[in-house]
Amino acid sequence: MTLVQYLILGALMFSLGVYGLLIRRNAVMVLLAIELMLNAVNLNLIAFEAALRTSFAGGQVFAIFVISVAAAEVGIGLAIVLLIFRNRRSANVDELDLMRW
Amino acid sequence: MIPQILASEEIVHATTGGWLAQWAWLIVVVPFAAMLAIIFFGKRMPREGGEIAVGAMGFVFVYAAVLLILNITQGVVYEHSIQVAQIGSVTVEWGWVVDGLSTMMYFVVGTLSFLVFTYALGYMKGDVRVTWFFAAFTFFAGSMLVLVSAPNLIQLIVGWEGVGIASYLLIGHYWEQKENSSAGMKAFYTNKVADIGLIIGAIILGTAVGSFRYSSILDAATANAAVLRPVAVLGGVLLFIGAMGKSAQFPFHVWLPDAMAGPTPVSSLMHAATMVTAGVYLIARMYPLYAGMAADMRVLIVVIGTITLLIAGLLAIVQDDLKRVLAYSTVSQLGYMVAALGAGGYTAGLFHLWTHAFFKGLLFLTAGSVIHAVHSNNMSDMGGLRKKMPVTFWSFTSATLALVAIIPFAGFFSKDEILATLGQNGYRAAMWVGILGAFITAFYMGRAMFLTFFGTYKGDAHVHESPAVMAVPMAILGVAALVAGWVNIPGIYEGFHEWVGVRAITFPSFAPEAFDVPVMLTGLGFALAGLIIAYFFYYADADTQVARDRVRIPVLWPFLEHKYYLDDLYLAMLVNPIKGPIARAVDWSNSYIIDGVVNGAGVLARLISRFVYGDLDQKGIDLAVNTAAIVTGSAGGRVRRLQTGKVQQYAAMTLVGVALLVIAIVIFT
Repeated sequence: MTLVQYLILGALMFSLGVYGLLIRRNAVMVLLAIELMLNAVNLNLIAFEAALRTSFAGGQVFAIFVISVAAAEVGIGLAIVLLIFRNRRSANVDELDLMRW
Repeated sequence: MIPQILASEEIVHATTGGWLAQWAWLIVVVPFAAMLAIIFFGKRMPREGGEIAVGAMGFVFVYAAVLLILNITQGVVYEHSIQVAQIGSVTVEWGWVVDGLSTMMYFVVGTLSFLVFTYALGYMKGDVRVTWFFAAFTFFAGSMLVLVSAPNLIQLIVGWEGVGIASYLLIGHYWEQKENSSAGMKAFYTNKVADIGLIIGAIILGTAVGSFRYSSILDAATANAAVLRPVAVLGGVLLFIGAMGKSAQFPFHVWLPDAMAGPTPVSSLMHAATMVTAGVYLIARMYPLYAGMAADMRVLIVVIGTITLLIAGLLAIVQDDLKRVLAYSTVSQLGYMVAALGAGGYTAGLFHLWTHAFFKGLLFLTAGSVIHAVHSNNMSDMGGLRKKMPVTFWSFTSATLALVAIIPFAGFFSKDEILATLGQNGYRAAMWVGILGAFITAFYMGRAMFLTFFGTYKGDAHVHESPAVMAVPMAILGVAALVAGWVNIPGIYEGFHEWVGVRAITFPSFAPEAFDVPVMLTGLGFALAGLIIAYFFYYADADTQVARDRVRIPVLWPFLEHKYYLDDLYLAMLVNPIKGPIARAVDWSNSYIIDGVVNGAGVLARLISRFVYGDLDQKGIDLAVNTAAIVTGSAGGRVRRLQTGKVQQYAAMTLVGVALLVIAIVIFT
């Protein structure tokens, strides 16, 4: 498999994530879409690492960073979603306009 | 300095006077410092500033007395000038002269001022504007001292005008009444006309000689310098015109009687020591010029003086106002002084100035005391005050006898000396007019005295003697009116002649006036006759004095009461023509030109301000500012709608933005 194929796969995954981010109303699904985007990035990092074969394995290290940060982010995100749901009886993103003018 | 002064053939030794003369500038400066102190602190003082004025004059009196004693014992000639400015070739200097003449004047001004100021403390008590009065009064005396101390004509003019403005302020002291302020203006304008002569004369003499210093001008005059010869007589006449104004000589005498409008202490000082003596002082100061190069015009001086002494004396007879009698008397006595100086009687003229200062100052003080008691100037409201006001009465008597020239009172010696001088120097007619004048003087003074102090009291005020602060100065001057003449008795003691003889300038002719027994006896006889006739006219029916106008001579009396119609003549010939067309032209130019300019400027300013406010400010700047605010506000109002709070919209916008950035980067790299 060539690098390009990995990149195309990553791009497809990223686009799918963006699509999900913009379209899905359920906050949990939005978080899921963000995970998808992050993993697309991880895929790219790994692919470039493997293709360039650098000596210090930066791509793999960054991918692990991203995974750990994503885990922390999802933890916080789910906590926020739970709180919102408890207050509003809904987790729909388009109903959350507390930050408007 | 010239240590030796030639007076006639004798050599008078003189010193420079040491530090006493060097510090004599204090005599001038202290009154002005006192004036400022009165202005700034006077209102807070218990006597409203009067004590500062009296203190300053006490200083002048003491300093002048010390200088006079120094001059009597040693003879002092000192002159110092400080250069104030240099304008081209003209040097303006300020200085002070201490010699026989100025020392005598310092003493007269200091003594009279000290006593009159003390008197004024009582007289002006409870008056309006006491502080203002004392400030102006101190300025009056200080200006006179500037004039007397001047070593050059420019400083003399400064003091001269200072005296003029002070007299204007003081005569118009009660300016709430129109005639008082008018009297002040009359004095000022009359003097101003004469001052033009003085100023032109000073300029002519100063530019001809190249210096305004007396010493330079008089040295040139005594040396018969060629530069001065063409203008000497002209300059002398012009200076004399100035002196005529200040010393109220005919025809400039009209202001002095009206100057009675001021408070009585002002009249007293003005008639005794300041103002009117300034003209006599000027002639005496410039005497070497008149005695030498300008000798041709001495006849003019004698004639003017003689006319003045006669006509003013006649006018004094018909006055009902006590102060006006004294005022015309002053004019008359000034005529004597001027005539004496013109006839070559340097000592005689100054001697009369000296004695006259004491008794005329006193006469005004006593008149003030009487007026203070009876609340009227009119002698018809007086009478019988002899018992009720003993100090005033005896002071008045002493001064009257001095003025009437009864031996041994002061005026006798000086008036006799004037008559003797006039006779000996060939002015026989003037001498006889002077003797007639002595008769007239005695008559009007006898009239004033009998009407005021004898007979029955005809007023309705509660008459009382004046307080001690007024009575003591009168008593002191009463003694002075007796003894002041004893300083110069020809043939016996000629002290005064020597005092005023000590000067830095050599006199061409300066002999002591001789004793003339027949003239003396004639003068004395005429004076006694005047008193006796006045006694018969005004004392014989003293109880009623209803018939006191029985000497009313049909044509002469109205003529005198109208003051020879001189005032009317001046009004018709000078004042009204000036008032008419010139005043009208000035009024027109004021209404139409000056007012037009002013109003135009006002209208223009209003238009400009309206434009600035309405158009520029309201519609320009404010509009710009407000518009900017409105635009910003409405823009903000629209832009804030972007903040929907919807996370997905934000994400979409971010995505679009990133996509655009990526596209831009791809295109431009």
